[in-house]
Order: sequence, then C-alpha cells, then structure tokens
Amino acid sequence: MTERIGVYVCHCGTNIAGVVDVAEVSRWAGKHLAAQGVVVSRDYKFMCSSLGQELIQKDIKELGLTRVVVAACSPHLHEKTFRNASKGAGLNPYLTEMVSIREQDSWVHTDKAAATDKAKAILAGGVARVAHNTELEPLRVPIHPATMIVGAGIAGIQAALEIADAGYHVYLVEREPSIGGHMAQFDKTFPTLDCAACILTPKMFEVGSHPNITLLTWSNVEKVDGYIGNFTVTICKKARYVNTDTCTGCGICWEKCPWKVVDKVFEAGMGSRKAIYTPFPQAVPKYPVIDRENCAYFKNGKCKACQIFCPTEPNSIDFNQKDEMLEVQVGNIILATGYQLFDATRIPQYGYGRLPNVFTSLEFERMCNASGPTEGKIVLRDKKTTPKTVVIVHCVGSRDENYNKYCSSICCMQSLKYAHLVMERTGAEVYNCYIDIRTPFKDYEEFYKRVLEEGGNFIRGKVAEITDVARTPNEEGKLIVQVEDTLIGKQRRIPTDMVILSAGIEPRHDAKEVGKQFGISCGASGWYIERHPKLDPVATMTEGVFIAGCVQGPKDIPASVAQGAAASARVLGKIQQKEVALEPVRASINENQCSGCRICNNLCPFNAIAFHEDRMVSEVNPALCQGCGTCVAACPAGAISGTGFSNEQILSQIEGLLLVNVDGNLTEAVPG
Amino acid sequence: MSNEKFEPVIIGFTCNWCSYRAADMAGTARMKYAPNVRLIRLMCSGRLDPTFVMKAFANGADGVLITGCHPGDCHYIEQNYKALRRFQLLRRVLNQMGVEPGRLKLLWASAAEGAIFASEINKFVEEVRALGPLGWPKEFQQVESTPVMEVTA
Repeated sequence: MTERIGVYVCHCGTNIAGVVDVAEVSRWAGKHLAAQGVVVSRDYKFMCSSLGQELIQKDIKELGLTRVVVAACSPHLHEKTFRNASKGAGLNPYLTEMVSIREQDSWVHTDKAAATDKAKAILAGGVARVAHNTELEPLRVPIHPATMIVGAGIAGIQAALEIADAGYHVYLVEREPSIGGHMAQFDKTFPTLDCAACILTPKMFEVGSHPNITLLTWSNVEKVDGYIGNFTVTICKKARYVNTDTCTGCGICWEKCPWKVVDKVFEAGMGSRKAIYTPFPQAVPKYPVIDRENCAYFKNGKCKACQIFCPTEPNSIDFNQKDEMLEVQVGNIILATGYQLFDATRIPQYGYGRLPNVFTSLEFERMCNASGPTEGKIVLRDKKTTPKTVVIVHCVGSRDENYNKYCSSICCMQSLKYAHLVMERTGAEVYNCYIDIRTPFKDYEEFYKRVLEEGGNFIRGKVAEITDVARTPNEEGKLIVQVEDTLIGKQRRIPTDMVILSAGIEPRHDAKEVGKQFGISCGASGWYIERHPKLDPVATMTEGVFIAGCVQGPKDIPASVAQGAAASARVLGKIQQKEVALEPVRASINENQCSGCRICNNLCPFNAIAFHEDRMVSEVNPALCQGCGTCVAACPAGAISGTGFSNEQILSQIEGLLLVNVDGNLTEAVPG
Repeated sequence: MSNEKFEPVIIGFTCNWCSYRAADMAGTARMKYAPNVRLIRLMCSGRLDPTFVMKAFANGADGVLITGCHPGDCHYIEQNYKALRRFQLLRRVLNQMGVEPGRLKLLWASAAEGAIFASEINKFVEEVRALGPLGWPKEFQQVESTPVMEVTA
C-alpha cells in the first residue's frame, strides 16, 4: 500500500462521543487499518473547528499524507469544509473523504458498544475507499447573467426588483393575468393595518416599468433544460386576444362586455368579472385578457362587443392570437409560486358551501377590500345585513391530524386582524375560537393585546360543529357554533350571524409536478425542501434553483419579502462569480474498451452520450453528464468509468465496511 | 454462540439525493433504529452495479438494502427505474443461486422520510435475522480447500 492515509475521528462535543467511544475508534484504526495505509489516526473534540482543520493540515504537510478520512457528521454538512482544509495544505480536495458516524451512527443508536463497532466498520469502509480516490478538478461553467423568477406574488416581486435594480435581467413569469399574488387580494395587513394595495401597487408598477424586467404574465413554464448557469426555459405565453402593443388599458372593452362571470380566483367567488377582464383596477400589466371559456365569441362566434367598442387605432382585440412559445436562456431560477387556501368544504361539519353565512378567510379579505365585491362593507351573504355577532374559527385545516398537521403560521394574526376589522366596521360582538394563540414576531403580541382590549372574546377550544339547527328560541335563524371552552371546561353553543373560517394554507395543488420540472422535491407536507432547514432556507438540492416565500413553508408577508430578497442575494452572488464550479462527478468512456453496443446511449436521460458511427464508439459529453452513474453500472464491457464513484472505490468500500463483524472483531474472510 | 441472538450485517446502498438524506434526517431527528446496516452513498440508485450486491454477499453481508428516490422523484429523472429493473433481476438470480430473495430489499425513501427509512431498516433487520446467517465467505473457504478435479484439455 503506497498511500499514506490520515484518519480523523470527531467527537462533535458529545454528539458523537456521547455514544461512540471515539478514542477507541481512533486507536483501533491506527492499529488495525495500518495495513490499509493508515499512518496516523487522531480524535478531536470538534474536527470542523479551525484548530481541528489545522491539525489535519499540519499532518498533511509534516507526515506527507496522500489521503484523508474524516469520521464526523454527514458529508452534506462538512464535506466542503474538510476538502477545502486539505486543499489549503496542498492536497487535492477530492482525496479527502468524509464518513458519517453521527447521523448514521451516534444519533440513531443507543447501544454504545454496537455503535462503536459500527463506527469502526464505517471508518474502515471510508479508508478502503479513499485509497482509490483520484485527483479531480471541478468543472467550471460560465453563468448566464439573466434570471427567471416563477410566480409574481410579493416574494417574486421583491426578488425581481432586487436583481433588476442590481443591473441584471429578469424574466418574471406569472400564470395569472396580473402580478400581485395573494397580497393584492387583501385589504389590510397585520399588525400595522396598513393597506395592502397602498404598499404593494408601487412595487407592482415598478416591476411593470423596469427596463431590466421582462414581464410574462398569463404564461406558464413548459420545460426546463440544462443546469446551473445554463438553463434553457421554454415558456408558453397564452393568447390574451389583446394586442399589448396598441392596447392602452382604457377599460372600455370590459365595460361593454355583456358576459358576467363569477371570479373564483381573484374575488374568491365573492364577486364577478367580465369575459374580458383585468383581475383588479391596479393590475400590472394593465392589458386585459379574454377568458376563452366564457367569451360569447369563442363559444358561438357572435358578440365581438369588445372589438366593436375598442377605441384604439388599430383595433387591439385580436381573436386570432395564438399561444406563443418562448425560449429563454437563464443562469438561475427562483421559484416563488406561493400557496393555495385550504379547501374548507373538506370539513363538512363546518358547513362551508352549505350554510351561506359561513365564509372563508379569503372571502372575508375580499369583503373588507374597498374595491372588492361589497366595497369594504362587512355584510352577510345577502350583501345587505350587517352581522351583530361574528365567530372566527382558527386552525381550519391546520394543526389537525385529519388534514394538515403543520401550523399555517399566519392564521392567528389574520384572525386577530379580522376581529379588529369586524369590531371597527360593524361594532359586532366577536368570538375567536382558537387552539393556541401564536403571535411570535415583531409587534404581533402587542396587536393581540390591542384586540383583547378592544373587547374581542377569546374561547380556547376547537370548534366541533357549525349548524343552523336551533335548540332554543334564541338560536332560531342563527348559525350555532358548538365549541368546548377548555378553560372553563364547558360545552358552549354560540348563536351567531356570521362565521369566518380562518383556513390554513396549503402547497399549490400542482407543486409536485412543478417541482419535478425544476428538479426539486416536496417534503412530507408538500412544501419544497430547502437545502438546509436552518442554514440554507432559500437554496434547493438543485444548484441554481432557489425558492422564496410560501413555497418553502407557510409564512407571512414580511417573511416572504425577506426570503425573496435573500434568494435574489444568492442569485446575484452566483452571477457576480461569472462562473460556477461543478462537482467533477462524471462518466467517461474508454474508447479502447467500448464495443459500440450502444446500450448506454438510451439509458442516459440527459442525452449526454453520443455515438460516433465512424469509430463505432460512444462518447460522454461532460457538460451534459450529470454523474448519476447509470451507464457505468450498465456497460457490459466495463468501458465506462465514473469519477468520484468508481467501481474500485465502491467495491473497496464494501470490503472495508465488512471488515468488522457485528461483534467488533475483524472478519476472517478479509486479510487485515 | 447458538444461544445468542443472531446479529445480521446488512449493506445498504443509498442515493445522494433522497435516501441518504432520509438517513441524515433520521439522524437529525434522533430516530432510533437497529445498528446492523452500514450505508454506502452512490449518486443515484441507477449507479447500482449488480456486482456490488454480489460483492457484499461474498464479503459477508447477510442482507443488502437498495434505496433510492420514489418513482418519479429521481434527481436524474428516471434512473431509479433502472435500479428497480436490476433489483427484480437480481432477486431472480439470487434465488437461482440458492439465496433467499428476502435478503435483498428495495426501499424508496424521500429526503423527508427519515421515519420510514428507520422503521423499514428495523423491519428488514428482523427479516434477515429470521433467515439466519448467509455465510458466503466461509463457504468460499471450504470450496477453496476442497481438492478440485483436474480438468485437462
């Protein structure tokens, strides 16, 4: 064995040392793995500390180590740290391996002897493997300076503005006719009660007029190809049937359009729009779209009122417009596609959809909005009667084993805001039925206090049922909310005129499919998985794809804005580097061994393998290869090798892992 | 020895994107499972060369666990389907060689499924424990020490 291997066993405070006898593991490796090339074996309290790293560097220089194995946490956490440390001492970073004796050992086992033996086996595997590591250089690819942002709610808007203001181009893609997202639907925002439109519309306008932003509303992402720095995105710009070059957004067309449609998206079913419409007066862009499904012309070829009354010259209405496919090149992508409201009809005992005066939170938001269906008046479904009693039900579809286990995080504050608005605008008696009140951020608790002082009633208990079946005369004609007041230990029936279901928020119904397009996946609750839940919340496992806002998990406006800005900072950092280093895990074909059978050609999902008819051999394009290694495993001639995960490395690691019996002794089968 | 509970050794192959992260997650959440499984990280379950499984058995593993992303969730689009095919073939081949197919298990685990990862490992350890030791290394030694009939051309 010509390699000189250094072994470093980390205590990680007591995280590892509390279960695994690290001193014993280190001693054992020094003694029993000497035949494998181990010349030094040490344990240290925190290997990742600068002192720990210096220890490794000193040994590389003084003992002439040619390979390093660090037994510590998951390589997903500190592989970079230790590879950089080795690099600092002049050793090629890819000659350093990490083995996980924390996540895979000390944290998941309680039997100390068994955990120590397992640590020895894991370490032996790493040592056997590292001997076959080869020097590698990261692949460097240029980064395209443009960015695509999908979803133009407040998180996407913020991210777009940050990047555009820094001088780089942004393609902002939105599926609805206007940008603004959910925030545009709200009237007031907690806890300051400033008007959502007043703070949002200036930002929307800025996006619409920014020279560095290409706004693609009424558009869908069809296809994403490539990798960080070099994505090719195909976007479908749906036909608006309105020529945006000539349209002035004057509004005559939707005034004249005779076809009223219930607006289930923006007005949450509370109000209507026309078949040609902009979702709201401050929409950006100002151009309307024609809703094909409800337009009389598209249904039966008659009407054309919008075209007849359009005052522009030439006429802006174009019924012959077709969907347009656009292909753009971008270096990075931010996904900010937001959330959808929990469908309250899924809880039948709450009566939503059956009892007219049970409203969802979004319906109530629209009702409060001055430009909404009731012009800001809080009234019952008949649109005239002001309620005298209002019950707000918290945690509808959240913190509920039957629906979503997680806390939607915004509903407490949203419900408090509703309580305030109801009391302020109607003087009605307000009851909040809650499980717990959660007001953890700046000025939130103060707002809760304020609502308490304003006279809101709070009942701690989960609502069992909302019914219109009266038991007593004073319940006649009212809705009755059945709830256990857990603080006084009594069942209560609260007669009320109106109920607001503070529905939780859920991942978009198509989050999974969209994620797949971009190579990112959803967690158990359906939100996209971030690279690290604490330390890297806006990056994803796919390089060059970032997430911001509610796609990552429930959050309020300030947090969404912060994430939008954070994601844009990450993207700007990448753009500024001008190029990116990719892991050199790639497949390559030894032409002398290749028989030209072409088995590998069809296995590659990235079309990275090309066949040369003239020489009758296949060749891997390293820029397209993603390093999965499927072709390596499939090649019957053994002509394909995978750097970083070669057959020699893996077979040796298997040998190493099986060097130790479960009882901690060396196996007889393998010499050592 | 015979009175003691048999502790199988299991080699587990994980993919870098889903199942290895499921193992990480089980760790971070301190979910306990049996210490009999030793994991190897591959970039993708598609990288799994059937030789690896044979090698593990030959070197003393009593069971082999192949894990990857759920169908449709593969980081490399569809390579876990190739792992699925190889797994099916391997089980047949092993069966023909007299190895119980139950010694080879395929598990899909997403990065969020630490709990499933841990509980499936526990299940598999018990299944292999019930099958008893495989003992290929010993058999190989015996084969090597038995005189082989000379074959002349």
